Amino acid sequence: MSALALQLKDLRKSFGPAKIIEGVSLDIARGERHAIIGPNGAGKSTLFNLISGLFPPSSGQISLGGKQINGLKPHQINRLGLSRSFQVSNIFANMSVRENVRCGVLWSLGYGHSFWRNIGNLKEVQHKTAEVLEKVGLTEKADVPAVLLTYADQRTLEIAITIAGGADVILLDEPTAGMSHSETARAIELIERATEGKTLLIVEHDMGVVFGLSDRISVLVYGEIIATGTPEEIRGNARVREAYLGDETDMAEVTA
Amino acid sequence: MTDYSLDRVPDLAPSARYKFATRVLPLLLLALILLSIPLFEPSRTWLSLFNAIGINMVFALSYNMLLGQAGLLSFGHAVYFGLGGYAAMHGMNAIENASYDGGIWAAFPMFGLPLVGFAGGALAGALIGFPSCRRSDVPFAMISLGIAELVAAAGFMFISVFGGEEGITGDRMNGIELFGLSLGPLGDVYWFIAFWTFVGVALMYAFTRTPLGKMAQAVRDNPERVKFVGYNPNRVRYLVFIAAGGFAGLAGGMSAVNYEIFTPESLSVIPSGLVLLMAFIGGARYFAGPILGAVVLTYMQSNLSDYSEAWLLYLGLLFIGMILFAPGGLAGLLLSGTAALKHSLSVKGLLRVGAFASSALLAAAGIIVLVELAVRYSNGFGEAFEPFGLHLAPDQMMSWVVGLVLAGVGIGALKVLSKQGGMGS
Repeated sequence: MSALALQLKDLRKSFGPAKIIEGVSLDIARGERHAIIGPNGAGKSTLFNLISGLFPPSSGQISLGGKQINGLKPHQINRLGLSRSFQVSNIFANMSVRENVRCGVLWSLGYGHSFWRNIGNLKEVQHKTAEVLEKVGLTEKADVPAVLLTYADQRTLEIAITIAGGADVILLDEPTAGMSHSETARAIELIERATEGKTLLIVEHDMGVVFGLSDRISVLVYGEIIATGTPEEIRGNARVREAYLGDETDMAEVTA
Repeated sequence: MTDYSLDRVPDLAPSARYKFATRVLPLLLLALILLSIPLFEPSRTWLSLFNAIGINMVFALSYNMLLGQAGLLSFGHAVYFGLGGYAAMHGMNAIENASYDGGIWAAFPMFGLPLVGFAGGALAGALIGFPSCRRSDVPFAMISLGIAELVAAAGFMFISVFGGEEGITGDRMNGIELFGLSLGPLGDVYWFIAFWTFVGVALMYAFTRTPLGKMAQAVRDNPERVKFVGYNPNRVRYLVFIAAGGFAGLAGGMSAVNYEIFTPESLSVIPSGLVLLMAFIGGARYFAGPILGAVVLTYMQSNLSDYSEAWLLYLGLLFIGMILFAPGGLAGLLLSGTAALKHSLSVKGLLRVGAFASSALLAAAGIIVLVELAVRYSNGFGEAFEPFGLHLAPDQMMSWVVGLVLAGVGIGALKVLSKQGGMGS
């Protein structure tokens, strides 16, 4: 077993002539909380889509726990223990909250495509589902149709589905986007709780969240990582200031 | 960080009473209806109608495994009904031959032929679904249409298998008798149909409660997300497709024994379209929807044609009306109607439901008058439409005015009523 949870080696992706990711290399240790920041259009979401298998990379390597995963399909990567959330809530709208989480639980408990079992009799599935709901604080809303949840609750459900399968590596794509201050605070607490002991890779715009939550930060600009380091190192990095954080007031807020 | 104890996880499963009321009771009710029908000593006409309804119920439910559960719109589901039916017909003839010459088919009871149909339909589903389930949405629908045309054409070409235009016939009164049913008299066939209808409905309901059935619903809702919880949506679609093909084949096997004939017509897009109508009109979003659709459409098919030569036109209007105004189908209408009654069991609420029903009736009456007049006018026999002793001749202006006024008032009233807060449909 490799000590690294996730390793990217000279990863590249282009769509026709447009080069979106231009040689990203990154080592993420087990249990690390790693944030990726960068201006709009830097390729953060594309990077997530490459790692989670939505797009195949044009070149380069991705390994998950020492096993090479580039070229695998999203469901295969998920079965190897990598789970992701989406920037826009991507839930099963016509199902109840409980059913949503249950969908995330089934494969990991080995129930696969079975059509000879009554889902209502699977104690293990029910227990795990209830556990995840309790963990994210959606137990009271278990029977509410997902489409009727508030925006913040939908974001929470998004995270619940992501962690339900018990993956070791969790990718969260802007989990607090569009949330109010108090909602963001609650979401951060939830993320810390839900990803305890796991490897977390997070894309986030809210600098307060990024600097508070992560062990290390990578700055992605125009498809390249211009700096990786601890929050302190990133704060002090001149290139980062220039390229991304440029605005002095922003920086003051972050360093404060 | 807050300490969250997970030792006492709440039990979120619905109560036993709720489970019984929503899952077991409806099936018991179905069994009761099926068992009690012979007590009324129905005529032969009614018995054959019931048999046809049973077959269509299973067929329409199997279609809804695709449409309602997995979100796959198929224009060629009769292919699996037909291929399953043909497999059962060949099984029937094999049993007959074996009853003279011996062989393993001699040990197979006629009663079990729907199982042969199931195997045939599932096999066809496994073969045809393999390429077609790699696509979804519009490409899937187009492929299903192409395959329906292809298989129907092949049905007319390969005479040794499909019997050409006359199809193949058989005799169900052969082989071992099961449950003391010779399957000769229509009453015996009724028990055969009732048994397999119940088995088909119960199994297809059970399927919705399995991990695969639940994931099919997830694929319908959001195939993208399914990929990231460890499932391959194409694989889920494919497995559901095979199951749907199998149950369509089961219905085909029931039909083979009931009619003792199968023709290549039964593979074509026409029965495929009819089963789509049953699922839609009944309500594809509800498990019971296609059952309602099968009952109503089979009844219309066999009885409305006695009253009016324009019955297909009414079917079309009903379909369009349902799509536009009641996308939940008959099941959705029933549910929202009872919910409205339960919520406001007041004089006002009852009046409202009554007003809705009577305006709809008025609109329907107007449309019927217009359609019937048009049919008679185009026939040119000078025949008049005479409902309830009225005399409405197509060559008199007044008759058309009556139709237009009825339809206009009815539709207008419906519009006004729905503006004042609809019935939730």
